[in-house]
This record gives sequence, C-alpha cells and structure tokens, in this order.
Amino acid sequence: MKEPNDVILKTAAKIAAIIILTFSIHLFLSGHHNPGGGFIGGLAFVAAVVLLYLVHGIEKVQRNIPVNFKKIAGLGVLISVFTGVKGMMDGHPFLNQTFGIVDLPILGKTETATAVLFDVGVALAVIGASLTIILSISDDR
Amino acid sequence: MSWFYLFIALPFLYAITVPFLYHKFNPRIHTGWFILIVPLVIFCGLSSYIPAISAGETFCLTFPWIPAYDINAVAYIDGLSLIFALIIAGMGFLVICYSIYYMSKFKEALHNFYIYLLLFMGSMLGLVFSDNIFVLYVFWEMTSISSFLLIAYWYEREKSRSGAQKSLLITVFGGLSMLAGFILLSMITDTYSIREMISKAAIIQSHSLFIPAMILVLLGAFTKSAQFPFSIWLPDAMEAPTPISAYLHSATMVKAGIYLVARCTTIFGGSAAWFWLVTGIGMVTLLYGSINAVRQTDLKALLAYSTIGQLGLIMSLLGLGSAALYSKVGNEGAVYAIAIFAAIFHMLNHSTFKGCLFMAVGIIDHEIGTRDIRKLGGLMHFMPISFLLVLIGSFAMAGLPPFNGFLSKELFFTSLLNAAEMSFFNMNIWGIILVIMAWVASVFTFIYCMIILIKTFLGEKKDYKLKQKEHQAFLSMLMPPLILAILVIVMFFYPNVLVQHLLQPAWVAILPTLAATVPLQIVISPWHGFNTALLLTIGVILAGTLLYKTHEKWRSPYRFYPQTFTINNMYDWVLEKIETCSRAVTNWYMTGFLRDYLVYILGFTILLVGGAAVLFEGLAFEFSRNAAVNMYELLLLSSMVISALTVLLAKSRLTSVIAVGTLGYMMVLFFVLLRAPDLALTQLVVETITTVLFLLCLYHLPKLKRENSPLRFKIVNGVVSVGIGVVMTMVAFSAYSNHSFAPISSFYLNADKLAGARNIVNAILVDFRGFDTMLEILVLTIAGLGVYILIKLQLARGKENEGTK
Repeated sequence: MKEPNDVILKTAAKIAAIIILTFSIHLFLSGHHNPGGGFIGGLAFVAAVVLLYLVHGIEKVQRNIPVNFKKIAGLGVLISVFTGVKGMMDGHPFLNQTFGIVDLPILGKTETATAVLFDVGVALAVIGASLTIILSISDDR
Repeated sequence: MSWFYLFIALPFLYAITVPFLYHKFNPRIHTGWFILIVPLVIFCGLSSYIPAISAGETFCLTFPWIPAYDINAVAYIDGLSLIFALIIAGMGFLVICYSIYYMSKFKEALHNFYIYLLLFMGSMLGLVFSDNIFVLYVFWEMTSISSFLLIAYWYEREKSRSGAQKSLLITVFGGLSMLAGFILLSMITDTYSIREMISKAAIIQSHSLFIPAMILVLLGAFTKSAQFPFSIWLPDAMEAPTPISAYLHSATMVKAGIYLVARCTTIFGGSAAWFWLVTGIGMVTLLYGSINAVRQTDLKALLAYSTIGQLGLIMSLLGLGSAALYSKVGNEGAVYAIAIFAAIFHMLNHSTFKGCLFMAVGIIDHEIGTRDIRKLGGLMHFMPISFLLVLIGSFAMAGLPPFNGFLSKELFFTSLLNAAEMSFFNMNIWGIILVIMAWVASVFTFIYCMIILIKTFLGEKKDYKLKQKEHQAFLSMLMPPLILAILVIVMFFYPNVLVQHLLQPAWVAILPTLAATVPLQIVISPWHGFNTALLLTIGVILAGTLLYKTHEKWRSPYRFYPQTFTINNMYDWVLEKIETCSRAVTNWYMTGFLRDYLVYILGFTILLVGGAAVLFEGLAFEFSRNAAVNMYELLLLSSMVISALTVLLAKSRLTSVIAVGTLGYMMVLFFVLLRAPDLALTQLVVETITTVLFLLCLYHLPKLKRENSPLRFKIVNGVVSVGIGVVMTMVAFSAYSNHSFAPISSFYLNADKLAGARNIVNAILVDFRGFDTMLEILVLTIAGLGVYILIKLQLARGKENEGTK
C-alpha cells in the first residue's frame, strides 16, 4: 500500500513512530500506579510498528527489524506462566504475585513487583500476536 | 514444597530440554542416553521410600494448586502407589535403554519420541500418586493423549493413525465417564479426596447413586485396561514402535485401570454388583483374549491379545478379592483377600515377563524384518539368546515352574477355588463355572505360549536375509530383556523378599479397613504340596500339550466366525455413521456465509439474554439516581448516531470504515468525560489498530456495489439488528438499576495494600485476576498463530497447485 515517493509522510512517520514508541514504553511502566500497563503499552507499540509498515512497506521494515513476532508471542506467554510458577516455589498458589520496596543505586527507594514481570509477558504476547496477525493478513495477496 | 514432587515434575521439565539435546548432539550421540537418567533418578529416589512404606508408614503431601476450589495436588504415597511407580520408573529405564538400539538415530524423529515418552512417564507417575480425583483425572487423560501420540508416532502410516484414533476415542470416552463417576462420588461424600471417600465407603454404599457412580468409574477402568468389549483398541495400538508396546501397552498404561479398580475396591467392594461386574468382565476378557490370541499370526498381535487376557485375569482377581469386604463375611475375609494379593503379584509378574517377550519379539522384527509366524521358524540357530528370552517369558506366561508366573497362577487357581466355596453372591451355582472358564482360558494361554516359542524358534530353518547376526553389538539391546528374564527367575526362588517389602504394603493399602481388623499375612513357597490348584495346573499342561499338537486341525472354526459381527466392525460402523450424521448436521447450518453466522450468534444472544431477562424478571429501569445529562454528552451522542448512520448509508467501504473508527473515537471521548482513563487508552489504541486491519482487509476487496437482496433476508437482518440493540440497551439499564447483592468491587479498592498498585484496573488485570489475563494472552497467541497458519498454509498449497498445473 505504500505510495512511491511521499517525503512528507515518511518524515512525519519517522518522528511519530519514535514518539509513539517512547510513549508506549512510558505507558507500560506507568501501569502500576497510573493508567497504562502491558496490554495498552503493547498495543501502542504495535501501532508504531504498523505505522512504519504502512509508510515504508513491509519488506524494508522487516530488513531493519529482523524479528520473528511469533517467537515474541510465545516468549511472552512463557514469561507470564513462569512468573506464576515462581509463586508456587514459595508454597503460594499459582500466579501469586508479591511486591516490596528495594533500595536501588540510582533510583533510590523503588517499589518492585513481580506483577511487572507478568506484565512484560503480557506486553510481549500482545505485540507478538497482533503483529503476527497483521503481517499475515497484509502478506496475503 | 517437598522434594517428592520433583519425581513427578522431572519428566515434564526434562522434556523441555529434549529438542535442544536432539539438535545439538544427534546423530553423534543417541538422544536416549540423555533420557536414561530420568527414570534412573526417579527409581532410586522412590526406592528410598521402600523401608518406610514396608514398615507400614504412609506419606501424604499437600501442595495447593487451586485452593479456592479445594483442588490441591495431594500426593499420597502408600504401598499401592509405590509399587506402580517403581514399575513405571523401572520399566521406563529398561525400555529407554532398549529403544537406544531399536530406534535408529539416523532415520527417526527421536526428539518427538522421547518427549512423548517423558510426558507419558510423568503423567503416569502423577496418576498413581494423586489423591485428588480431579488431579487424577487430568493425569489420566494425559496418559491417553501421550499414548495417542506414541501410537501415531509413524504417522505417515494409515494404520498407525487409525489405531491411534481408536485408542483415543475409546480411552477418552472411558475417561469422561470416570470423571462423571467421580463427580457423583464427590456429590455423595462432599469431598474430592479418594482417602476421605474410602473412609466414607458406608455412606456411598447405601446411597441411591451408588450403582451409577460405580458403573461410570468402572467404564473408565475397563476402557483403559482394555477389558471386553473395549479391548479392540489394544491390538491396533501395536502399530506403535515396539519399545512403546512393551512400556505403555503391556507394562504401565493398561495397568492404570487395574490401579483404579484396586484403589476403589474399598469404596465399592463388598457389594454383589461390584463383585460380579469386575469378576465377570475380567473373566470374559480372559477367555476372549486367550482364545483370540491363538489364531493370530502376527507375533505382536498375539502378544496384544495375550495382554488383554492377562489384564482380564488380574481384573477378575480384584473382583474376587472384593468379597473379603462383604459385611457378613467375618474372619474368612483374609482368605478371600488373597485374591487381591494374587492380583498385585500377577500384575508385577506380567510386567516382567510380558516386557521381556515384547522386547524379544522386537529384536526378531528388527533383525529379520517380519513378525509373521508363518514366515518364521528355526530361529534358534541364529538367535540363541532371544530364544532363551522367549523361552523364559512364554513359560512364565503359561504358568510353569521355575518362573514367577507359576506362583501367581497357582494363587489365581487357589483364590478361584476359595471363592467357589462362598455361600453368598450366588457363588454356589456360579463358582464352578468360573473355575471352568479360568481353566479353559489357561489351556489356551498355554497353547499360544507354545505357539510363540515353537513356531518361531524351532522347526525347519527358512531363508532369511539377516541384516546382522545377533552378536556382541546387540548385547545392549539384549540387556533390558535379559534383566527382566533374570527377574522372572529370581522372583520365583525368592518371592518372599518381594512380598515383605513391596507386595504386602500394597495389599494392605488396597484393603486398609480389612487390614485394621484381620492381619493380612502370606508366605509364598514355590512348592506348596499336592492340592487342587496344582492338579489344575497339571491338567492345563496335559490338555494344552495335546491341543497344541492337534491345533492345525481344530483351528478351522475360527475361519467360520462371521466377521461382520466382530466388535471391530461394529466400531467402524458406528464411527462411520457418526461421521456422516455430524457432517449432515454441520452442513445444514454451516453455510459458509459470514452473515448467516452473525444472524445465528446475534439471534441466540437475543433469545438467551433477552429471554432470561424477561423470564427471571431481571428487567428494571430506575433513573432517579442518574446524574444530569450535560451538553458535551448530548453533542457526543448525536455525533455517534450520525457516524452510525454513515456506516449504513456510505457508498464506499472506505467511508464506512472511517465512520466506524469515528464511532470508536467518540466512545473514547465518552470514557474521558466519565473519568475512565484506562478504558479510554485501551479503546483508543484498539480502535487505531482495528481500523488499520480493516483497511488492510478492504484493500483486497472489490468495490462496494448495490445489492438487491430478497425481502426475507432484509426482514431477518432488520429484526435481528433491532433486537440486539434493544436487548443490549435493556441489559445496560437493568444492570445499573438492579441491586440484588452487594457489589464485590469494594474489595479491589484496597489494591494499594493488597497488591502494591494504586491503579486498580491494572492490579485486577495482573494480580487479582491474573489467571484470566494469562489465559487471555494464551488465547491471543493461539489466535495469532492460527491466522498465520491458515493464511500461510493456503498460500503454500496454492503454489503447489499452480506447480501441478
């Protein structure tokens, strides 16, 4: 679907993609206390990648981001499941999440939660699965 | 968390590494060498429990799985589960050792083979140690599935596929009935634990659901253990590689039904129905298996039928022994309980001699290239060691001294003769018939044992193209069956060591209530003097020899048996009918038009949701507590209506898609106005991506043109769309107006304290309802892969077709 020579679109998309990508990471990280989280962060990430696909064409983007999204999806699910197993090791039920306050070198007193790890899995699964679907459909000509 | 769980989890965890090991080391090192350590570790680990168990201790470990529903992975270690687990691990070790030489590392997909094998081993171990009925059921079905995968291991063969399908259909059918039986039992006793059910056996036996529960549970056991008439899957399962036949289909998986019956003996035992069902079906299976084995010409098929027969024998022994629990039996109970002991003993013996026989037959097949008895003969000169193995194995199976089969066969006759003297359960009439049936079956058992031995190894030499002579190189392939053969002999001479450490605890574990009142003691001696049981055995040998000599003459009736009435044909007929029926039904409503499916889905939603709302008087409209509608909202609402109308009236698809997008974005604004930022964000991103997907799909579609659809079609569409709109609106209003119970949402207000997250929505997503989220991403991933596979497969096939053109 890309147009042969659309300089404005390409330039704008480049900047927009960077903004969306940054925002998606922000969304993901802020999910614990503010609106955001793995699902939304992942989807925003997908939106950025899709924008790149639309503007630059699938081949070019795939050359520059040589990632197999099916594997990303699988990895995400695995991460989520394994964070659940971690709780079992300590004698808690499956998927029991814990949190605590840790003193980190630069950030100071920071709250860490295993739920974030779980959310990483969610984000990766959402990114992987959505991009797999979009790529498969757009490939089908 | 106890180390014990590692024994059950180890096969599953190890299975993950198998593909990596395979790709890294194959074909330099056979993958089997790496697997060998798993059963070895488990066997050694479990052996450490033997002293404690034989001293009468039991262990019960609880591991919370879904504590909210009282489903915990309770591992219960007693004599019965330990003896099964030791067989599983021990036979597993020998079979994997054997498979290293049997399965070629150059030709076979070894990683698949060993992953399935490890899956099976883990689920079988889980099965015997589970105390919770649902955990047991899960493992039970997992053994069925891994068995299916292993039978279909050579899936390019049509017979392997149909055999695997048959075994899966039959065993899963049984598994589901067993689940239903378990649910009935848990309804009666209000517990999910088998041990607690045993303690409430009296309540179960006097309950009106006793018979249905019993029959359902027995269906599970009978299908798994290939009892008549469900036995038809076992001969077809012989399409699996021989190590698998030796492991799953003679030593372990088919014994799962035996395990279940043994475990449930205290729950159901003592009633006439249980006694006659288990004994009767076992006896019929014994006769069916041994009579059919004689006419087989394929060595593996012959062994399969003999396995059916032997399983029937064990089953009938368990049935006979249940008489010990009869309420009016008194102190005689210990006499009848010997049958239960004989069942465990024979089960152990059967695992050794049948494993040995299967492995020996596998060697013949591997070396000669055929297992057809008609093509074999005089093999003694080529394969002296295999000859020895088959000699030991088949003599043990026939029940001859000095092999372990003799001891358990004698016990079988003894228990039958004891049972024949029972004064209850109508045994004064039927007792003698059971003895005759058992004797006839034993004669046939003797005959087919001789067929295996004599037809294959003696007689004139035939022209073989031997791939390789049986010599040192195959010593490792011969090792596992040799170990089993030595066990067969050792168990004959020193049975009491085994009795004391393994069999006695298992016996007590099956009959805990009886063991508490009557001491269960037994001493086996190879020579027990002249008695009726020994006379029966001598009769078997004489009659068997006579009939073997003449069997060419009397084999002819087998040919006249009408083939149309075999169970196999009935199975095929039913399967075919089910297939045609379901195809007809499916074709009737699966039209292939998306709009029809939408009508079905929405129509049913209207009927169910709307119907339920009206029937249960759930409709309520109360607007008194609503906030005032302000200007923005009215504006938003009107733009939403306009964009919805645009979708309907647009002339091009692009306009429609944009209008749908607008509708979605208006929704986002609504969420913002009503202060739901999480929802707004999600809706925003989802809307963006769906619009892109829509555009991608529409890119391939032809131009929208005016369609003149029939009036009926239009009316149906109109009714359904208006109906769904009305129903959803009413549901939304009623949900807001109804206050039947206190909302649970206040619980989540403490998210900061409970989960350390100030964002409640996210705390619910990742913590409170983390299980839902996990399954959702799993579904999403599966859907993604599904789309990928559907489209890519189609592309690949399309290219293939173009190539052929």
